[in-house]
Amino acid sequence: MANLKVDFLGKVFKNPVVAASGTFGFGEEYNDIYDVGLLGGISSKGLTLKSKQGNEGIRLWETPMGLMNSIGLQNPGVESFISREINIMKQYKTNVIANLGGNTLDDYLIGVKLLNDSEVDIIELNISCPNVKEGGMAFGIKADIAYNTVKAVREICRKPLMVKLSPNAESIPEMAAACEEAGADALSLINTINAMAIDIYARKSVFNNYYAGLSGPAVKPIALRMVHQSAKAVKIPVCGMGGISSGVDAIEFIMAGASIIQVGTANFVKADSCLDIIKELDEFLDSQGIRDIKEITGII
Amino acid sequence: MMKNDMSKIIENKHICDNIFELVVLSDIVPLPGQFYMIKGLNGDYLLPRPISVHNYQDGKLRLLYRVSGHGTDQISRMKVNDNIQVLGPLGNGFDIALLNGKIAIVGGGIGIAPLLYLMKNIESKKPDVYLGFKDETFCLEGFGPNRNELIVVTEDGNTGHKGYVTDFINVKDYDIVITCGPEIMMEKIIRACLEKNVEVYASMEKRMACGVGACLGCVINTKNGNKRVCKDGPVFNGTDLTV
Ligand SMILES: Cc1cc2nc3c(=O)[nH]c(=O)nc-3n(C[C@H](O)[C@H](O)[C@H](O)COP(=O)(O)O)c2cc1C
Ligand code: FES
Repeated sequence: MANLKVDFLGKVFKNPVVAASGTFGFGEEYNDIYDVGLLGGISSKGLTLKSKQGNEGIRLWETPMGLMNSIGLQNPGVESFISREINIMKQYKTNVIANLGGNTLDDYLIGVKLLNDSEVDIIELNISCPNVKEGGMAFGIKADIAYNTVKAVREICRKPLMVKLSPNAESIPEMAAACEEAGADALSLINTINAMAIDIYARKSVFNNYYAGLSGPAVKPIALRMVHQSAKAVKIPVCGMGGISSGVDAIEFIMAGASIIQVGTANFVKADSCLDIIKELDEFLDSQGIRDIKEITGII
Repeated sequence: MMKNDMSKIIENKHICDNIFELVVLSDIVPLPGQFYMIKGLNGDYLLPRPISVHNYQDGKLRLLYRVSGHGTDQISRMKVNDNIQVLGPLGNGFDIALLNGKIAIVGGGIGIAPLLYLMKNIESKKPDVYLGFKDETFCLEGFGPNRNELIVVTEDGNTGHKGYVTDFINVKDYDIVITCGPEIMMEKIIRACLEKNVEVYASMEKRMACGVGACLGCVINTKNGNKRVCKDGPVFNGTDLTV
């Protein structure tokens, strides 16, 4: 039994495995399958100030070892989250991360103010959602816009602040550095990669929004590179994700510089993938005679 | 109760055309209308596929599916004794207690899959069964023997009546109509029922990823906002649906 415990932004993670935003709801459904309190943390579905119905049309499309989604941030809104869903998440004895999206800077600021007084452990500022028409990802493309956004949020945010980067950013190292300079406590990446599928018989894009976000094993090598670049560019800790499906994948991200990792699409492939990953992490460390996972963090 | 398990395949047989039946052991008794997320360990696809309970008896879970793409094709290639990933039973299923009076069951194509197990559960209520197919019919024998009436319709008239199943039912004759099948068929049935004030339940289908209600990938618009087919459904009351 190696030590999998990690301190991340002043919070104790019993292991570095966190369920990724948008793939785990608020934990409720997966807790019917296994005790989600065994996870290091859970990142909530992306929240917006006002509730959202999300996108019309097809929302999911499988690709070779990948998944495209165009959910469009369907969520109950920050206020409902604070009065209802957070209580569900809080009962699980794991870190609760509130993933916050927005269309305007004001949306982010009001959302953060509301979350300041809640019981969330960490705010994950989502400046990278590709599936909403305006805003969302726009904040995550240009480093100067991201800087201004994160700086304004930082000034009022009283929770540990993790900024979730988009792989669609113009330059990942510049984006990472800009967010650090603006006062982010940590970075998480990657969100989904902007992508497209076409129905050749209908002669139109599969998705009403034309483009959708690609995740799953297909994106892993790209995500790994970006996590490595970010970790090299900043001193703050990094939470890595993108296609992680096994303990081996998780170890790669940790060696590339991630202190903790998130698992998204793999939850769909096998409902208790996160538990498998925790077990495989432990087995790998034992087999290599490593006593503490931190010994291999960022060694590449 | 829901279970996430690795099960051994007891049978995985070709029924006809592109229709297959997968049989695994399970100690959980599902409700009619529920489904399982199934993924073989073979092949290079990612997501489990939702497959309806066709029957359950003596610990044997029978899942009827149509090969409609790469994932189901890979599942159809799995052999007896292979391990297969089984998550379920999922979804709400039919509320048998609500099904009283004169009942019609209307199925089309692979949509007949959940209706056999439903039929077994309400046999004593002697529902009439209407089944529509394109050309080849399958799994008809299961719908006996206690039925009131079995009306089979094929588009080419090869078996039973010729035409569309929707042309052979007069929903006014029933207190409750239950339907599962192609979207156009269900829409027609639901509309007719709503017009005539006949209670109607439809089992819906949608592309899924998680199958448990977490990803919001399978929602349909209802009069009460978006509902998840996998968790709030797949069975919906027609009055909630926007058709
Ligand atoms: C169905 C789905 C919904 C998602 N919703 C969100 C979201 O609301 N907020 C967010 O920051 N990321 C969201 N993501 C992105 C994931 O959190 C994660 O960044 C991405 O999927 C890459 O990880 P993976 O390959 O392990 O899935 C979503 C991903 C999927 C597949
Ligand atoms: S398939 Fe994920 S919510 Fe229904």
